[in-house]
Amino acid sequence: MAGESGGECNRTNAFVVSARKRTMQKVAKKAGESMLFAVASFVAVIVLFIFYFVARDAFPFFQIRGFTEFFTSSNWYPADDPGEFGALAIIYGSLMVTLGSALIAVPMGVAAAICLSDILPFSIRQYAKPVIEMLAAIPSVAFGFFALVVLAPLLQNNGGPMLMWAWWILVSPFVLLAVIVLSDLLTAKIIEPKRRQQMHIFLLILFSFLSIFLLFKVGTVLYGIQILTGTNALNVSIILSFMALPTIVSVSEDALQAVGRDIREGSYALGATRAETILKTVLPAGSSGILAAVILGIMRALGETMVVWMASGNSSQIPEPWFNYLQSIRTLTATIAGDMGEADQVTGSARFHVLFAMGLLLLIISFVSNLISERIVVRQRKILSGQ
Amino acid sequence: MIKKISLFVVFLAVILSMTASAAVTTLVLDGSTTVGPIAKTFAAYFTKKYGVRVNVSESGSGNGAKSLINGSCTIATMSRAMKAAEIAAARQKGVNPVATVVALDGLAMVVHPANPVRSLTKAQISSIYCGTITNWRDVGGPNARIVVLQRESNSGTEESFKELVIGKGVQITGSAETQSSNGSVKSRVSSTLSAIGFLGHGFVDGSVKVIAVNGVFPTVATVKNGTYPVSRPLYFYTNGQPAGLVKQFVDLPNSADGKRMITELGFINR
Repeated sequence: MAGESGGECNRTNAFVVSARKRTMQKVAKKAGESMLFAVASFVAVIVLFIFYFVARDAFPFFQIRGFTEFFTSSNWYPADDPGEFGALAIIYGSLMVTLGSALIAVPMGVAAAICLSDILPFSIRQYAKPVIEMLAAIPSVAFGFFALVVLAPLLQNNGGPMLMWAWWILVSPFVLLAVIVLSDLLTAKIIEPKRRQQMHIFLLILFSFLSIFLLFKVGTVLYGIQILTGTNALNVSIILSFMALPTIVSVSEDALQAVGRDIREGSYALGATRAETILKTVLPAGSSGILAAVILGIMRALGETMVVWMASGNSSQIPEPWFNYLQSIRTLTATIAGDMGEADQVTGSARFHVLFAMGLLLLIISFVSNLISERIVVRQRKILSGQ
Repeated sequence: MIKKISLFVVFLAVILSMTASAAVTTLVLDGSTTVGPIAKTFAAYFTKKYGVRVNVSESGSGNGAKSLINGSCTIATMSRAMKAAEIAAARQKGVNPVATVVALDGLAMVVHPANPVRSLTKAQISSIYCGTITNWRDVGGPNARIVVLQRESNSGTEESFKELVIGKGVQITGSAETQSSNGSVKSRVSSTLSAIGFLGHGFVDGSVKVIAVNGVFPTVATVKNGTYPVSRPLYFYTNGQPAGLVKQFVDLPNSADGKRMITELGFINR
């Protein structure tokens, strides 16, 4: 501290500044620093306060009702007398739509980020990225309205054909890739070039037929599906994935950009193709950033309230069978939003506190995943920088 | 600098006078989405006639009661009577809730227009909502799973439905979908082939099909004479006996204009 202020004196002495002005400068510097410190600590304090107040109102619920019912029962009848507070189906619903939206948004988002950073020319990227980021500016209630008024009837009326087309469009490129890679791998050990080529072509044709047969078979099954209700887990997953996409694309693109030109050029210099460079060099180097992007996107989906409240159907049930995305579900966030109005002082405390228990659960989930992602990012950085 | 300060002072004065005048002449209504159309129409009428500002929020009957208890609204609009617990909470805060019946409302059971079912008994509706009947085939309809729609827990319509149709101590099935307003129930029923839901009588239009309950359709006559089994009064709740402006507002349903507005909105005069 003393050395620092001494340095300051030396510097300011180079200019002719009056003693009074110098003290003023010092005061201003201190004031500015403490202001910034106050703001920064205020943000941290807000987080702590949220944790404290949510936890304070959540614990009475566990005192009154215990843990077993909340985590193991699916009977959600908070308004009854006596009420039942089984949140298992609701927790399951939250995880279900989060997983569903991640399954859609992560592959799409990372692929779009790769395309933006390594494939598209700069002039196009300049325009494409802001357009994608604009998705984030659409208010969630607009998404919810779209889900309820447009997507839900669409799913009900043309659900089967839509599922089939989605299956074809989304899965066939991956199957094509798998066919090529698989036949490549299987023939890699054959040494004689001519036999290898013959075998390769034979396997390609075989696998293509097999996969086309499989695609068709699943496609016709999907075509025959009649979706009973359009406000279901699938609808919500689709919309939530749209909402998570801009975060995932934007943050992972930044991560891929940050990998840098020198590493890419090094890879090319070693004779790698563009695909090899992307898959074996750029993606691993940017993986920590991509992971952070994915977790940010998933948190967006988990915490979203308005869309799920409008479009999930809000039925407190575990779908039958458990992976059925075509049934209505209910999420933690929507339950808090929907039940808060009545919960206050009216029918007693458990009904009020259970919502805080749900809030605490959400907080803990996001806190833990943030912590994990932070850990992974730090570790990845260490590995990459060779420490 | 002085100019700036004086400008600021003028601005402050304007804001203060605005809030002051607002405090004097504003009625605040909060509560049921079912009573909402009546409250809004009355509000517009009242503003035009007396020059009084009336703010109407629709956050559910339960929230209306809460607002009245907290003193954040002058009149709570409710589609159910206040519960004993709510009245006790109000008394504790020194609020004395007084009910005025505004109008009568039949709860119409609605299905998709293409659904051939014309009539259900109260017992059948109850079984559908409790999950013992899950297919339209069982009540004379096509072979299709029933999509059951209910309202969320702070809806007075939901509470009235439970009380009038299902009865105490019986739980609505967990697979029932929950909608947040009369409007969204209507839009879901009108777009879902195998849905069933309930609406305030005033919200029914051509996009949904009303079915008879115990053979009786909800009409002005059947609701008024009590033959339609699923009907209920709608309330304005005030703190203490209404007086002054509040009384004038609450008495609107007695006037000819008020009666006309209620009928035009599809509700039934008491």
